[in-house]
Amino acid sequence: MSSLDIAESKNSQEFVEDWSADKQTYHVPWGKAMMWLFLVSDTFIFTCFLVGYLNVRRTTTDPWPYPSEVFALELFGHNLPLILIAIMTFVLITSSGTMAMAVRYAHFRDKKKVFWFMAITAFFGATFVGMQVFEWSKLISEGVRPWGNPFGAPQFGSIFFMVTGFHGLHVSIGVIYLLIVASKVRRGHYDKKDNYEIVEITGLYWHFVDLVWVFIFAFFYLW
Amino acid sequence: METHADQNHHPIGIYLKVWLLLFVLSTLSYAVDYLEFQGITRWSLIIIFMLLKAGFIIAVFMHLMWERMALIATILAPPIALLFLVGFMVSEGLNVFDARVEYFGQPESATRIHVSDVLGVKH
Repeated sequence: MSSLDIAESKNSQEFVEDWSADKQTYHVPWGKAMMWLFLVSDTFIFTCFLVGYLNVRRTTTDPWPYPSEVFALELFGHNLPLILIAIMTFVLITSSGTMAMAVRYAHFRDKKKVFWFMAITAFFGATFVGMQVFEWSKLISEGVRPWGNPFGAPQFGSIFFMVTGFHGLHVSIGVIYLLIVASKVRRGHYDKKDNYEIVEITGLYWHFVDLVWVFIFAFFYLW
Repeated sequence: METHADQNHHPIGIYLKVWLLLFVLSTLSYAVDYLEFQGITRWSLIIIFMLLKAGFIIAVFMHLMWERMALIATILAPPIALLFLVGFMVSEGLNVFDARVEYFGQPESATRIHVSDVLGVKH
């Protein structure tokens, strides 16, 4: 393969251009580039948590609790495994969808729709946190602690509170962030410079929170 | 500034389709648990659904597929280092587990505890 073939692909040509020219490398607003860099660093934090979980789960000789039983809930007379977590997953995905709508309408400067879609997103986020509070208090009442629990390996509690707590903190901060930006959109704050980039940047953060949950759901709850 | 940008004038359809797809994939991964798949089927299905969901969120919702290569590489390349961390910790974990079993006499496969045995069948 000659170097010409590689250079001819559109993406690699742009890549070389962006890095070799004596100018700005990322052709996006600086706020967006900074949010992406923050999210990359946050990826490292969450991965360290999940790798820590992987390691204790691999090394413990105590029996690991059955997550689908621990997080089961009695609904309408049926004992449904993992149902609360499934509902939380749907709530978070729905909020990601409404956030994508808000970002889309921000490009058309449709202030009313942006505000409402962001408000709905924040509402779903708050719902998620509320369900997490319910889950925490249920587990605490059953005797799950960071240092032990009646269902098996004590590491289960440490990992559960640390990982879901840190993720819940991200969601809570996201809800506040969304509400601040949404109210500023409604007040017309971003019309002064006709700059709605912040909506997309907030969206990046919010989708990332959803993304982290995908991994927690798979590795902690389903594994 | 805005080269590929003003990129968000994609039809609304793609967001709705991805949204629906994420719902379907979440339902499927819940079904893996509900239908009590075990062993290799369970792990591979969980991983496949997880990666598909993550991919769609990053590519479409976070617009990464419409960004330029310089930004994509900056975002996706560093996490590759994390795969090494995962690999090291898996091999380390297996060694620690073996040491605990072989030298400390801890059980190799402890009997797992059912929640109903602890809390009673109805709670």
